[in-house]
Amino acid sequence: MKFGIVVFPGSNCDRDMAYVTQEILRQPTRLIWHQQTNLADIDVLIIPGGFSYGDYLRCGALARFSPVMEAVQAHAAQGKLVLGVCNGFQILTESGLLPGTLIRNQGLHFVCDRVAVRVERNDLPWTREYLPQEVITLPIAHGEGCYYADSATLASLAVNRQIVLRYHGSNPNGSLEAIAGICNLRGNVLGMMPHPERAADQVLGLTDGLKLFQGILLGVAA
Amino acid sequence: MAITYQVQIYVTLRPSVLDPAGVAVESGIRQLGYAQVEQVRIGKYIQLKITALDLEEAQQQLEQICDRLLANPVIENYRFDLVPITQEVAK
Repeated sequence: MKFGIVVFPGSNCDRDMAYVTQEILRQPTRLIWHQQTNLADIDVLIIPGGFSYGDYLRCGALARFSPVMEAVQAHAAQGKLVLGVCNGFQILTESGLLPGTLIRNQGLHFVCDRVAVRVERNDLPWTREYLPQEVITLPIAHGEGCYYADSATLASLAVNRQIVLRYHGSNPNGSLEAIAGICNLRGNVLGMMPHPERAADQVLGLTDGLKLFQGILLGVAA
Repeated sequence: MAITYQVQIYVTLRPSVLDPAGVAVESGIRQLGYAQVEQVRIGKYIQLKITALDLEEAQQQLEQICDRLLANPVIENYRFDLVPITQEVAK
């Protein structure tokens, strides 16, 4: 199973992500510069965190027009897996692959912390290794992670079970419905603010993110 | 004949969206002693020049630019003003 990690000018979690897929999962991994447009060899696409294009205008707004994004759209339309983490989540909402948007944290501060996150459904390739409603600990590090959508969109997210991750206990950024991660209708595109790649190696002290990656492997094997 | 317009674009948060930065600035203003100030909202101001065949074409393109990039319709509204600054005769 081959992982592709999209690299924009300003991405900074790409190497961490590649470390997890290559060194921990032992899967072939290709870093994809944002100007490349052929993703035919890739099974799972990951849009990593960072500050693509310096977060100019709005987070993710400029990355959306990179040449690679058309191929990302096509990849998602084929039902293949796409994961966006942090800035990657912001890019997925800006590009319309996921509904809503991420705005300035309610407290205005950049929040760098470890937070409790509840896995709301475990019937997705992303979450099948977690228990139902399992509460896990993941790192977050963002200034614009407050999930916002209008009430009709929020209602449809609930009806279609698109809320995959919620902050548990305290809400670090004011996200509506305490949303930490959502998927598209089909479930093959997941966006999340917490960083699973920073919680996948024992050396870092947290490993709750590893199951997300292991679930992906199972998903394709099944 | 092409006309160049000087354009001023205002991107503002939709009324339904909370603006924590606006709230913080409002409290700063009040700290300064201006107690009568309220409803501070922070938006973006963008200026550019655009050349088009006529006003209608310029407006159409600006709407597309705002819809596609400058504003996020989930949280923002926009409006713009255009002033013609040159009028070139086609060569």
